[in-house]
Amino acid sequence: MSLARRPVDALRAEIARIETGARGARAVLPFDLAELDTRLPGGGLALGALHEVAGGGNGAVDGAASALFAAGIAARTRGKVLWCVTRTDLFAPSLHQVGLSPDRVIYFEAGDEKAVLAACEEGLRHGGFGAVVGEVARLPMTASRRLQLCAEATGTLGIAVRRWRRQSEAADFGQPTAAVTRWRVTALPSTPLPAAGVGRPRWFIELIRCKAGECAELELEACDETGRLALPADLADRSLAAQAWPSRAAS
Amino acid sequence: MLAADAAALALHIYPGLPAAEARAHCAELIVDHADPSGDIEHLDRLALWALARYAPIVAVDPPDGLVLDVTGATHRHGGDAALLADMVERLRAKGVTARAAMSGTWGSAHALARYVANPTTLAPSDHSGRAIAHLPVRALRLSEATVLGLGKLGLDLIGELEGQPRAPLALRFGPELTRKLDHAYGRTAEPIIPVEAPELIQVRRAFGEPIGAPETLARYTGKLVDALCEALEAKGLGARQLDLRFHRVDNRIEVIRVGTAKPVRDARRLTRLLCDKLETIDPGFGVETMVLAAPIAEPLVANAFANALVDPPEPDVTDLIDTLSNRSGAHRLYRLAPAQSDVPERSVRKLAPTSPEIGEGWPTRWPRPTRLLAHPEAIAAVALLPDQPPVSFTWRGVRRRVKRADGPERIFGEWWRRDGEIDAVRDYFQLEDDAGERFWVFRRGDGEQATTGDLSWWMHGLFA
Repeated sequence: MSLARRPVDALRAEIARIETGARGARAVLPFDLAELDTRLPGGGLALGALHEVAGGGNGAVDGAASALFAAGIAARTRGKVLWCVTRTDLFAPSLHQVGLSPDRVIYFEAGDEKAVLAACEEGLRHGGFGAVVGEVARLPMTASRRLQLCAEATGTLGIAVRRWRRQSEAADFGQPTAAVTRWRVTALPSTPLPAAGVGRPRWFIELIRCKAGECAELELEACDETGRLALPADLADRSLAAQAWPSRAAS
Repeated sequence: MLAADAAALALHIYPGLPAAEARAHCAELIVDHADPSGDIEHLDRLALWALARYAPIVAVDPPDGLVLDVTGATHRHGGDAALLADMVERLRAKGVTARAAMSGTWGSAHALARYVANPTTLAPSDHSGRAIAHLPVRALRLSEATVLGLGKLGLDLIGELEGQPRAPLALRFGPELTRKLDHAYGRTAEPIIPVEAPELIQVRRAFGEPIGAPETLARYTGKLVDALCEALEAKGLGARQLDLRFHRVDNRIEVIRVGTAKPVRDARRLTRLLCDKLETIDPGFGVETMVLAAPIAEPLVANAFANALVDPPEPDVTDLIDTLSNRSGAHRLYRLAPAQSDVPERSVRKLAPTSPEIGEGWPTRWPRPTRLLAHPEAIAAVALLPDQPPVSFTWRGVRRRVKRADGPERIFGEWWRRDGEIDAVRDYFQLEDDAGERFWVFRRGDGEQATTGDLSWWMHGLFA
């Protein structure tokens, strides 16, 4: 097995070297979650690349889960974060709750989507930011390729949070873009608590597209105060399920 | 009597009244001699203030006015109306009662500012004549003899004058009258000769042949910036604001104004900021002189480099902030910081992006939604009183059953801000429907005291 893989790995490295030119290997930002990191080439979310995030269901319109997912990633980078929006309904205290300190985020309130894309491009090209987040509805191929090239040139992480005015427009998410990964985050019922109340939120995270990698989908607990996702306890050690199956088999 | 304020007018003291008569109206009146040269001096100082703050082209319009060419300079103050309001408000804070008007021509703005009672007047720039048609002819800056002569002819309003045949008017009153009329209506240009501060750091370049090609303008912009940076370095200053004026061969002046968040002396960066805006310049038949000035310059101090023993310093992003704020307005870039308030919509305040770090955030123990609706939306909810969360609710026409809920988090009204909030209470609940979507809703009132609210339910935010 290992012998058979070796030429393949060598070829992959060769292709990666040709693709990235003289820029060398890409740095990555791991999720610190083996289930996700093993699916991503390089063992984490590529820095110096553009990533797309959208919400599923009503999340495509309100963009709450997708924005918080992006904030969790941005919180784990170093340096300032540029967050470009057209609609100003983002509530800053919630970003602080996933570890993105208000001192780090610079908001840019653009008049239209074109200005958002232009500002994101400037931010990515600058290179001093830890992450650049843009909330856009339309992301044409040309615009996404420009963002991707700027990100590659400086090694800044770019995230496009896709958010549409209407549910029907969300079909746009199938259109090809130059983004390296494409994610869909859907809110799920929260972790059950022994008492009444709302537990830690859970998300259904789909990795719809991943360049040089495979797709994935899994159910995770939402970002904690340091922006990290977690595997739900009932799935992590399978304690509940493991007990449930034999008893059903016995009955 | 030369001037009268509101208090004087109330005592029936008008400009033009003899001093003795004014004394008769008010016995305690202190009579002082007018000081026209002192007034002009103060006006000059105001002009320099306006130059630094509002527009690159400012001139004194004696005896009592300032004229500013704000073309392309208003977006930094949030628009035309906001700029006028800001100017009047700041002058009031300095103890100057001012009226401001904006129009397409100097003549028309002059008339509007003096003969319209509103503190600020905004006329559409392409119909500058129509806005002043109902004003008296005196507003056209005519000599007293001309105004009297026009009065004898029965021409009192500018609109009436405009409707008259021009040749007889020119014959009777000389060319000055029709020229002033043309200036006010924008038919001939009236150049503004800008004031220049004596200590202003500026460099100029005159061209033998007028230039107009964008590349040429960009190249000379670069050369001027280099020269200015040398001048700044000699004084140990960095520019906070730059004005690049293009004097065209037809006597018009086109201007680029850019600002920076921190003092800058980096020629490459300043050139980029200026060249970003070069496309807004119309060189017309050519530019014969370019003048680059730094109306606001501050000391630029050297900072110690961090060494390898500590973490590498955070990269400086002020140049990007400058680029973006010059492109679309400084009010569009901000940081959000906690404000001392429990009411969610008041708990966030905007800060300049380069302001020093606060080092603190919002309390993290309470759930806060990712998206906060701009205005709470009324929902129909079914809930038990006094403090049970809703069992179901209808929002935007969709009925949702509540699976899990958390709350209430009680937030009291801030009586020190508004009298109406003295008893007001909001009870916030976090709700989760059976599909897993999470909402932040509140009920007005605590469910016991009727004065605290009417028990209506409102949607206020969406959780991730």
